[in-house]
Amino acid sequence: MALVLEGLCKRFGNSEKDTLHKIDLKVETGEFVCIVGTSGCGKSTLLNLVAGLEQPTQGRVLLDGEEVSKPGADRTVMFQEHGLFPWLSVIDNVKFGMRLAGLPKEEQEKKARHYLEMVRLWDYRDYPIHQISGGMRQRTALARSLTMESKVLLMDEPFSALDKQTSNRLREELQRIWMETKQTILFITHSVEEAVYLADRIVVFAPDSGKVAEIVTVGLPRPRHVYAPEFVDLRHRILEEVRGEAI
Amino acid sequence: MGFLLFLALLVFAWQGLYWLGVELLQWWKPYALPSPLGVAKSFLDLCQDGRLFEAAGNSLLRGIAGYALALAIGMALGIIIHQSKYLQKNLKPMVLGVQTLPSVCWVPFSILWFGLTDQAILFVVVMGSAFSVAISVDNAIQNVQPIYTKAALTLGADKRQLYFYVILPACLPELVAGMKQGWSFAWRALMAGEVMTTSVGLGQTLIMGRDLADINQVMLVMVVIVLAGVIIDKCFFLAIERRILRKRGLL
Ligand SMILES: Nc1ncnc2c1ncn2[C@@H]1O[C@H](COP(=O)(O)OP(=O)(O)O)[C@@H](O)[C@H]1O
Ligand SMILES: [Mg+2]
Repeated sequence: MALVLEGLCKRFGNSEKDTLHKIDLKVETGEFVCIVGTSGCGKSTLLNLVAGLEQPTQGRVLLDGEEVSKPGADRTVMFQEHGLFPWLSVIDNVKFGMRLAGLPKEEQEKKARHYLEMVRLWDYRDYPIHQISGGMRQRTALARSLTMESKVLLMDEPFSALDKQTSNRLREELQRIWMETKQTILFITHSVEEAVYLADRIVVFAPDSGKVAEIVTVGLPRPRHVYAPEFVDLRHRILEEVRGEAI
Repeated sequence: MGFLLFLALLVFAWQGLYWLGVELLQWWKPYALPSPLGVAKSFLDLCQDGRLFEAAGNSLLRGIAGYALALAIGMALGIIIHQSKYLQKNLKPMVLGVQTLPSVCWVPFSILWFGLTDQAILFVVVMGSAFSVAISVDNAIQNVQPIYTKAALTLGADKRQLYFYVILPACLPELVAGMKQGWSFAWRALMAGEVMTTSVGLGQTLIMGRDLADINQVMLVMVVIVLAGVIIDKCFFLAIERRILRKRGLL
């Protein structure tokens, strides 16, 4: 069991009710779990708690049995806004975490190349961040996250700011990369389609309650096709739940 | 090129005015109006005995020394203020308040402490510039986008790494802008200090011009002070600023 959330509650100082209320969740090593819910239902808050960027009001987060209290490279986050450093080139951004960890130079180089090739950006390694497209920036951010080989990789709507075409393309690539690396991923999205496309299991948030409505196991074989009847059925069922029509 | 032409026209008109007003119609006394030729002559005189270079060199060295001190103190103060919510709330407004004090107002205080010495001038420079540096350091750090910090923390940065690898480079453009402003305050404070004391420098040469009733020398030194300020601003700070911004695609 890689990641365990136990009775996780979060209430912000200025609020009357819990933004997150008694969330329990277990994520297996190598599993791809999506959290889906409407905007403002507390998805990012949950991810920040797991990342250690926020502290829970109650409950705890366990990673390989150890309680999480502050941010760390074993729970790297990929954000919606790429969070790349504009003063560094593509490859230096990718190496950033390895540099912090004090990895030997040759190993940084080797890993950076491995993951930049994986996201098909090796040819752009020396570009400054401002000269590459939004999609390429997210690929760079993905490569940077992958180099950490974290126990769990956290992704907060990483493709939501991109145009539909680019975002579809990237989720295909993420699926391919996940099948290659079997990296444990906790992925947040407001798009049910994206969740059904990517996840082993989907955690469906109930609207405005801070609670989990249901956890759905997606049994569909990969690669998945968004027009397959089973895909469409599942998508519709979850969509109703996300909107609060089926409870 | 257009600017040089404008400058030439201006100098020409000025010389014309001098001929007309002082020599032809004798509206003004010769000591009341400087002229380009007079300034040029003053320049040659002061160059010949090396006094101008000595004065400018002294001022520049003093300015740089005082500014370096002001940078060190201002940056330390800014970082200390940034570290604590309490200081940010209570000390920062005070620093801002003191910063509004024109630097010449520090001169009497400084002379009482240090006498008519070089230290007195340095003190005025530091007081005139350090607080503005402190304020801009605190602002610069505060304006670092939280996403950079968050990203670095989740990539495993500790506090020291966060400061050196993320916050410092992230706020570099704003920091350089703050340093540039600090320099312009330092240069002004330096002149305020030099005018009021007796150490050899541009300020003192300016006062000597007044004592000799030599308005051309006064004008000359003013021009030199402006030029020195502008050259350092443009050739040094502007160049660095542009380089940083261009590298990040912000220019
Ligand atoms: N730092 C904060 N302080 C106060 N309220 C917050 C804070 N962060 C998030 N919230 C509130 O918590 C709720 C959930 O936000 P968020 O987790 O960002 O939602 P989502 O990511 O699902 O769109 C929102 O109502 C938001 O206003
Ligand atoms: Mg969110």
